[in-house]
Amino acid sequence: MKRITIEPVSRIEGHAKIDIQFDDQGHVAGTQFHVTQVRGFEKFTEGRPFYEMPGITARICGICPISHLLASSKACDAIMAVRIPPAARKLRQLIHFAQIVQSHALSFFYLSAPDFLLGMDSDAASRNILGVIAANPELARDGIELRKFGLLIVEGLAQERVHPSWVVPGGVAAPLSSTIRDRILSELPAAHAIAERTLRFFKGTLDEYKEEIEFFGSAPTMYAGLVDRKGNLELYDGGLRFRSTAGDIIEDQIAAEDYAQWIGEASLRESYLKAPFFKPQGFPAGVYRVGPLARLNAADSCGTPHAEAEFKEFHQRFGTMVHSAFLYHYARLIEIVYALEKIEMLLSDPQILDTHVRAGAGVNALEGVGMIEAPRGTLIHHYKVNEEGAITWANLIVATGHNNLAIGRSVQQVAEHFIDGAKLNEGMLNRVSAVVRAYDPCLSCSTHASGLLALRVRLLDSNGALLDELASN
Amino acid sequence: MPQKKLSIRIDGELISALEGQTILQAARANKKYIPTLCALEGLTPVGACRICLVEVSGSERLFPACTTPIQEGMSVITNSPRLTRYRRITLELLLIERNHVCAVCVSNGHCELQAMATAFGISTVELAYNFPKLSLDMSHPRFVLDHNRCILCTRCVRVCAELEGAQVWELISRGIHARIVSELNEKWGNAASCTSCGKCVQACPTGALAEKGRAVEEMTKNLEAVTSLVHRRGVQA
Ligand code: FES
Repeated sequence: MKRITIEPVSRIEGHAKIDIQFDDQGHVAGTQFHVTQVRGFEKFTEGRPFYEMPGITARICGICPISHLLASSKACDAIMAVRIPPAARKLRQLIHFAQIVQSHALSFFYLSAPDFLLGMDSDAASRNILGVIAANPELARDGIELRKFGLLIVEGLAQERVHPSWVVPGGVAAPLSSTIRDRILSELPAAHAIAERTLRFFKGTLDEYKEEIEFFGSAPTMYAGLVDRKGNLELYDGGLRFRSTAGDIIEDQIAAEDYAQWIGEASLRESYLKAPFFKPQGFPAGVYRVGPLARLNAADSCGTPHAEAEFKEFHQRFGTMVHSAFLYHYARLIEIVYALEKIEMLLSDPQILDTHVRAGAGVNALEGVGMIEAPRGTLIHHYKVNEEGAITWANLIVATGHNNLAIGRSVQQVAEHFIDGAKLNEGMLNRVSAVVRAYDPCLSCSTHASGLLALRVRLLDSNGALLDELASN
Repeated sequence: MPQKKLSIRIDGELISALEGQTILQAARANKKYIPTLCALEGLTPVGACRICLVEVSGSERLFPACTTPIQEGMSVITNSPRLTRYRRITLELLLIERNHVCAVCVSNGHCELQAMATAFGISTVELAYNFPKLSLDMSHPRFVLDHNRCILCTRCVRVCAELEGAQVWELISRGIHARIVSELNEKWGNAASCTSCGKCVQACPTGALAEKGRAVEEMTKNLEAVTSLVHRRGVQA
């Protein structure tokens, strides 16, 4: 039996490895998706003061530190049992939407655009952001500008681009100045225009990707995402909703503190990532997906005018329940539109400049859970503390974790459909990596944004002898 | 009675200083910089950190500027490749001894140890980290002690004893096992002699003593609050 290992999977955040086995006829017999990093944040934070958790857990990731800051600060708010000032809540939302814009822009333009724009089978040496710049400079520039816009907000609020410590238990550290608000507002129209242009471009290419849309992780699963009381898309607050493959709401408005009643976590032999599952259906039947696609499946509507129009069109094209992982990219673009509209609404509210932005308290509850929708999906921080406020136990469910099982299945599906073990070529393998990229998994603490990670694929026979090898640098 | 004046040289420059002054005091009075960590204006110097080592002509030994009194005709060198090497090693040893994780520290950006390491161009350490398992004392309602970040400068011990007069802090054990304890090794929260004045927190050069609830990077220390007291109370500096 032959075996291929793709390691590392390139253009994703973090380190992963894919194994593919073939039978004697060269057909794919099995695949495994391994996450090869071990992090240990849950263990080594034991004993730390709870209010240090946002700063510590933000270090989990260089791409979405703000997601961890927010989920962690919400868990701390719960331990302090405070209701944060209204302006603080709005400012936290503002930085959150800014991060959604920059993170989605990174995923779409930098990490995945090389596949759409240059083609899945294009020369691997130039299939990266530099290739995108050469082939379509306007698109590349749009990507850079949009990401800059997101970072402008983050920097304006937090005074730092990466790892800001501005989001704190009880609120935020400093209010927003009207100068910065006006600066962001003045750059908003350009950001809107980019989002619209990119959506138009992407919709125009959909016909070329019929095969990918059909076979890229299109196995139906359940979906989970936060929604507000009316069922609108929600990214900062709200309750968790689970929808079945068929589109029925199975559970709705699950509060953060009740997550453990509904979400179980299984440990997998081949991966350091735990696999969450929907408890009532058991493991592994209770596989569900999170993230942009799942959110647009879970919600009834977006609740902002432009995003809502795109949301309707999206579901008209692909049905009420959209299953193809390839369409995560589409969903991501719609969410960029949504986030930009939300940013505009928040900045138009005079209360956003209010200077009362932080509530203070000690330990008033011995347990706290914070739940938000990170760019990649539902993120849960759950802490227990002693009376003095030292962490005694922590559990983090990260967005990519929820998708772990689904990514594994998608890899299998793509491998079965696109790979012929008899004549291996790089384009086939790139599709396997591309489906992983569609989920925009974030497995890391570090930024590998350039897309220039080395990819080495080795095809071994059952005795471990090298049959074929492909490498890119 | 007016103090006697002595003539000494610091880095070749002739200066006059008062008898009884330490090298550090004479240098500071003449705007000469000598790096320090454990010394704090107004507190009895103890020579704990060895960052302030200087060369004195006529001796092969290095002397801590903060505790060495000046003598007539003394010639002091405050900066040399040898001193830089010693100071760097000292800083490295301080960095590896306990767990200084600047990125997630409440004092990140406001820490004297960090600033000193930066000034000496220490971006990585060559010695292996010790990674001791150390505890925190979070029992005080307003403050927290994190042994991971303590460099045993004993500023807290001295500020509490000499300025506040409460004598809450002590050192126990020796060498690598040494650590500061409050009131005969009671939990800080149970220390009846603690007046919760917070001077130890302000005097602490790192994030070892901090106010509760301060997020990463938020713990700025107000040394001024401690040193200005010295002048107001007329303590001999
Ligand atoms: S300052 Fe002189 S030994 Fe520390």
